[in-house]
This record gives sequence, structure tokens and C-alpha cells, in this order.
Amino acid sequence: MAEKESALLMKLSSAPHIRTGDSVTVIMWTVVAALMPAAVYSVYLNGLRALIVMAAAVAAAMAAEAGSQYLLKRKLSFHDGSAAITGLLVAMNVPPDAPVWMVVAGSLFAIIIVKQLFGGLGFNIFNPALAARAFMMASWPVHMTTGWHRFSQLNSLSGSLTNVFGLPPEVFDAMTQATPLTLVREGPRILHDFGLGAEALHRVLFSPEMLKSLFIGNVGGVIGETSALLLLVGGLILLVRRVITWHIPVSFIGTVAAVYFIYYTATGFEQAGAATLFQVLSGGLFLGAFFMATDMVTSPVTGAGMLIFGAGCGLVTFVIRTWGGYPEGVSYSILIMNALVPLIDRYVKPKVFGT
Amino acid sequence: MELKVFFMILIGTILINNYVLSQMLGLCPFLGVSKKLDSAVGMGLAVIFVMTLASFFTFIVYKFVLVPFGITFMSTIAFILIIAALVQFVEMVIEKISPVLYNALGIFLPLITTNCAVLGVAVLNLKSGFITAEMGLLKAVVQGFGAGVGFTLALVIMAGIRERLELAPISKNLQGLPINFIIAGLMALAFLGFSGMKI
Repeated sequence: MAEKESALLMKLSSAPHIRTGDSVTVIMWTVVAALMPAAVYSVYLNGLRALIVMAAAVAAAMAAEAGSQYLLKRKLSFHDGSAAITGLLVAMNVPPDAPVWMVVAGSLFAIIIVKQLFGGLGFNIFNPALAARAFMMASWPVHMTTGWHRFSQLNSLSGSLTNVFGLPPEVFDAMTQATPLTLVREGPRILHDFGLGAEALHRVLFSPEMLKSLFIGNVGGVIGETSALLLLVGGLILLVRRVITWHIPVSFIGTVAAVYFIYYTATGFEQAGAATLFQVLSGGLFLGAFFMATDMVTSPVTGAGMLIFGAGCGLVTFVIRTWGGYPEGVSYSILIMNALVPLIDRYVKPKVFGT
Repeated sequence: MELKVFFMILIGTILINNYVLSQMLGLCPFLGVSKKLDSAVGMGLAVIFVMTLASFFTFIVYKFVLVPFGITFMSTIAFILIIAALVQFVEMVIEKISPVLYNALGIFLPLITTNCAVLGVAVLNLKSGFITAEMGLLKAVVQGFGAGVGFTLALVIMAGIRERLELAPISKNLQGLPINFIIAGLMALAFLGFSGMKI
């Protein structure tokens, strides 16, 4: 009896012992699936136009991947989903009314120059989709900053932000045509044009109705960034499937929240809590923190490194949003921290086992 | 208030108008010495030192020699002379203090002499109107220091990236300078995020 038990305990087999079935293809298509809630909602919100932009970007990215791999005589792997993610993220980073040719050019830039020239998947330094966004911002700034979603009160999912502030209808229209972050900057000027003071702006921006609208996603913005709720759902899918770890999203969003709360409190702003929440929910923070900063290739290897990376992204985002020339800084912050990843990895090394 | 001006000059030269990534000055050492992180740090420190000193001396010479004698058209030649003398001085100091660093820097230390970023600092100090400004000398020195720090930042980031790419299967015709120019371009795109910053 005892002999049989010990035989059971000692039973060995050759490696590998347990296989999870994870592969590049599975992980990449999981990310695509996690992006779907926000993408589908965007089509509902912005109409068929958004679907065309996304389809064109994905097709261009996959074609560019196949073409460059063929020309560079590499193994064809355009169907593994990584090019599809890049294309989808490029499309999710442009306004809904962006011209299709621009998105196609962005996808080609992302795949060919930022990814394949560096050696393909696993060797790129910068996040391809974000580099493409910076490229499009520099090349076609007008197309990248206009063509926002026209706010519609007939939206059945979230008709929450209505004109309850006693503003004249034309003022309200002008204010809701911009993205929330642009409104923070341009709002005083818009109100001034209509002969109103700036205090009405904060009443609108930091109201519970506005925050609810931001959370659900019924605001202006690029295709993929509007709905914090659905991006959160996608992020949780990635966390549960262990495609990403908690470090980067938590430190990124946490830093933005902490720094803004300190900033608003220090400048004596009375609605510091609501204003901080507004900053966290608006812009591309959730899209960036869950889907782009967490890219395995362009983020640090260790947990501590990831925390530093996320905190750096948060700080740069705060600096650009508050003092920079652009209303939104999430994409640039991630790109800048991408460049710093080799240095972070060099100085934050895991302890060698046994020392 | 005064402190804010100096802070703005520092941020301006390090992030917004980074000498390498935004003004495209000093590309030769930027691509030449960024192969190893250690030598990049050493080169960066040498450039910070030279730029700060060069700002100081060129300012003094311009204001108290060139302007009174009415020979401001000689400024380029005078600045090159000052910078060359300074670099020789730095070279002697480094040779005595750290022979390892001296060997690592190799030809690039003498090359600071003709580093357009150093001459660029001296000329841009004039263009910024510091000559007639209140506390102009201090502003020029701060700008020189910031320019050096910005150069070092870009150089160190570049060195980190290049060390990582050592094993990447980059196609043969892109290895070396071509891929480095692509990296530099992408870094410049990323730093565009700081453009138009006002505090």
C-alpha cells in the first residue's frame, strides 16, 4: 500500500507538463475581441462611417504586413492578428469623419516603418498605432482635430446630457461639438464669443450629467476613446485572460488621478473631486492605459518597471494636457515612455535567483 | 517671477526645442556616440560642461569685446575660437581624470569643437535677445546648460534603444545609420507632443 502511494507521488513525466494553448495568434485575437465592445458602440454612435474607417485601416495594415514580409523574405504571418490590432487601433485613434485615405496612410506607416523595418513583431521600439497617430497629427492636423461626432439628443443609450444649464441653444450646440478636453481649453473663448462668462463652463463640464455622459461615451472624441465603460469591460477581459497585468493601467490612471487632484486642490479649485474625475474619464486615457501602454513588446518586462512606466505616462499626460499645445497628451506620453523602456529595463532588473 | 523665467528656459531647451530632436543640431555625435550607454553618458556630461562654459564665455566676449569695437560680424569666427579652446581644455581634464572615458570617447571629444550644437547655443543666445536683457548672462548660461541636458537626454535614450536593437533582425541595407535616422525621426515625432507648451 505504502509502496503504491509513493509510486503515485513520485510519478514523473517528461516536460512540457501543462499546456495552456496560448500563442501569439490566440493572444492577439483576444485583444481584438476585447476591443469589440468599444468598436461596436462607436459604429452605433458615429454611424456606418466609423465602420468603413476601421475596416479600411485593418485591411491596409494586414496588406502592408503581408507585402513587407514578402518583400523582406520573412515568414508570412499577417493573419496572426497583430497587424489587425494595429490597424484597428489606428482607426480608433482618428476622428469619425476622418478621410479613409489618411487612415490607410497611417496604417501603412505603422506597419512598414514602425514595425517591419525594425524586424517585425517583437522588435519594434514604439507602439505602431501611436506612432501612426503622431505621424498623422503632424501631417494632417486639420483632419485629425475636426470631424467630431455631432452630439445627438436622440441617442437611446445615453441621452443624459441635455441642456439643463440654462444656456442658449446655440451656445450649447457650439460647446458640445468639441471634444471635452478641447472644451476645457477653448470653452472660455466660445462663451466669450456669445458674451458669457467662463464660470458657466465649469458648471457644464464638471456636472454629474457630463461625467455620466463621459463614462457611457456619448461625447465627441476619436472613434475608440469615447466610452470609458466599454473600454473598461475590454480591459477586464484582457486582465481575466491574463493578456495584460494590472500594473500599467493602475499606475497610469492612478497617477493621472493623483496628480490632477493635487493640482486642482493646490490651485484652490472648489470642485476638485469632480474635475479630477472629468480628467480621468475624458480623452484617450482608458484606451491608452488598457490597450496601448500595455503592448507587451513596447512596455517593460518587470512589475516594478511597469509601475514606473505607467507613472511616467501619467505624469507626461498631465503636463501636456495642462500646459502643452495639444488638448490631449495620452498618445505622446506613451510614445515618449516607449523610448525610455530600454533604459527602464536596464536599471530595474529582477533579482538574480540565489544571490 | 524671475525663477519662473529660468525654469521656462530650462524646460524650453530640454523638452520643447530640444537641440537634437526639434532643431536637428548636433546629429553627428548623436548618431556617432550612441552605440554604448556608458560612453553616451560620458559624452553627454562633456557636452553639458562645454555648452555651459561656451555660453558664458561667448556672451562675455560678444558683449564686452565685439559690440564695443563694432565687429559683431566677426562673431562666428570668435565663437569657434572660444569653443575650440574650451574643448581642448576639457579634453586635457578628462584625459587626466578618467583615461577610460577618454578612450571611450575617442575621436568624438575633439569633434565637439565642430559640434554645431555648441556653436548653435552661442548663436541662439544672441538670437534670444539675452545680450540686452536683464540678467542676460545668467539666462544665457541657463540656456546653455539646458541645451546640454537636452542633448544628453536624447543621446542616452538613443543609446538605450540601440543596445536593445543589437539582436533585432534588421535587414542588411538598413543596419547602422539608416535605422538610426528612422529611430531619431520617430523620437522627434514623440517629442512633438511638447510643442507649443506654455507654463
